[in-house]
Amino acid sequence: MDKRSKALRRRMIEIMHLGGRGHLAPAMSLVEIVRVLYDDIMRFDPENPQWEARDRFILSKGHGCLAQYAMLEDKGFITCDDACCFCKFDGILGGHPERDKIPGVEASTGSLGHGLSIGVGFALAARHAGRDNRVFVVMGDGECNEGSVWEAAMSASKNRLDNLVAMVDYNKQQSYGTTTEVLDLEPFADKWRAFGFACVEVDGHDVDALREVLSSVPAEKGRPTAIICHTVKGKGIPFIERDLTWHHRTKLSDELYNSLIEAVS
Amino acid sequence: MRKTCLNCIYDIAREHEDVFFVGSDLGYKTLDDFKEEMPDRFFMEGISEQHVIGMAAGLAMEGKTVYVNTIATFLTRRCFDQTAMDLCLHNVPVRLVGNGGGMVYAPLGPTHMAIEDIAIMRALPNMTVVAPCDAEEMARFMPQTVDWEGPIYIRLGKGYDPVVSKPELGFTLGKGIPYREGKDVLLVSTGVSLHGCIDAADLLAEKGVSAAIMHSPTIKPFDDELLLSMADGVKAVVPVEEHTVIGGLGDAVGAALLASGRTSLPAFRKVGIPDVFTENYGSQKELMRHFGMDGEGIAKTVMDLIA
Repeated sequence: MDKRSKALRRRMIEIMHLGGRGHLAPAMSLVEIVRVLYDDIMRFDPENPQWEARDRFILSKGHGCLAQYAMLEDKGFITCDDACCFCKFDGILGGHPERDKIPGVEASTGSLGHGLSIGVGFALAARHAGRDNRVFVVMGDGECNEGSVWEAAMSASKNRLDNLVAMVDYNKQQSYGTTTEVLDLEPFADKWRAFGFACVEVDGHDVDALREVLSSVPAEKGRPTAIICHTVKGKGIPFIERDLTWHHRTKLSDELYNSLIEAVS
Repeated sequence: MRKTCLNCIYDIAREHEDVFFVGSDLGYKTLDDFKEEMPDRFFMEGISEQHVIGMAAGLAMEGKTVYVNTIATFLTRRCFDQTAMDLCLHNVPVRLVGNGGGMVYAPLGPTHMAIEDIAIMRALPNMTVVAPCDAEEMARFMPQTVDWEGPIYIRLGKGYDPVVSKPELGFTLGKGIPYREGKDVLLVSTGVSLHGCIDAADLLAEKGVSAAIMHSPTIKPFDDELLLSMADGVKAVVPVEEHTVIGGLGDAVGAALLASGRTSLPAFRKVGIPDVFTENYGSQKELMRHFGMDGEGIAKTVMDLIA
């Protein structure tokens, strides 16, 4: 893991500690996905978050917001003070991201299975306006239990939205257990293909591989793209990786906090 | 009423380039003229209400005004989370047009009867709730949906009701209509319950009881001011709605009266569907009679109340 990935993770831990709670492990699996999108792929302007030609990013798995918050701070959409008020009474950063409060957040998420439909709306609006911006929607694997995801998938495919990219953070674990135990998604890539998407699979922690895949979307002209990102829940901190008790944590002792920081230093 | 509403949407879309239409799986040839003339703004996305709402929200966040149409039950119950989060939390201009509000689909049974739609839509922050009484009132109302901030739920009643609304009384979204003057009791209607209230007021007049009618097509925001003004001095207030008595017009009226701070309140009784699923089929009219929402039933409630 390179310095940048570690630095982002460190900042996420700091933000979470200041808020006293957060979904740390589900955010850790997202870091490289978000990082590559913001560093290398998406068009945006932190000085003008409403720039019409910007690419749209929806974190449909809103509980992974620590990764997005660290990135928004890094890019200058929000300030250090904003980040330090995570989950505070009058802060702008809640446990799930909200549009109109946080510059750079396109849709309020947290209720799973909403983001892809909103993304379809964004993509249709872009096409209608003749704009070439793209729409990136990042979903969780457990989120794909929701029927609404597949309703949206059918619609995206019917409307041939090749300006829409659905990414799944496939860490194979949801809140209660593994995705296989709770509600198996396999054959996952075949499902996306059957729903009319061009589907690509990638190591969701391999920055170069992500860059390559994301640089060549749409994977097929005339079809929306699905990118299944194989990831590890809690990635980067060995003692929380794949540990389901870290899906959401409310108490972080100083000792534990120091151990987390040490792990990404 | 439905045809008028859809025609209005077509007219609005012709005038406003940012107006879109999204349906689920509507009747054959619904809005064919819209589809033909403005195909890039017409979508029929299948029986996928959750997605339809999310997609409409996405379009609206991009500056579009979106009219969504399907059967009222599925538009309110099936996609409630999307309506709450994607529409109301984002406060976007999406207009939900619900076919068959109330007991229009009586023969089809409880799955298709929207008897709690007003209550669940009214509970959502930022949502405006409107139930016009006939096609002409619909035609006066619809142009006002273009620039209204935030989402609107539009309850469609039965299409072939006789026209009872009066053009001279106008229509202002968010305001009640002083439909009929009277000094003894006040009936409050929304949607097609105005018809029963008119019949009841006529019957009551025969018995020497003078009934005023406040018609309230906009249920949220409710026009407290007009209600309190019309309720001034009457012996009884009776809200009438083709809806469960829980959480709809009756509760808006009752809450406004209680919050008025008046020391002497009129007698009060809600007329509507009791807290049950309907067990009968038949027609909307038969069910309304069954639940005491026709003129005779309303008049009887009033007479019992003031006896």
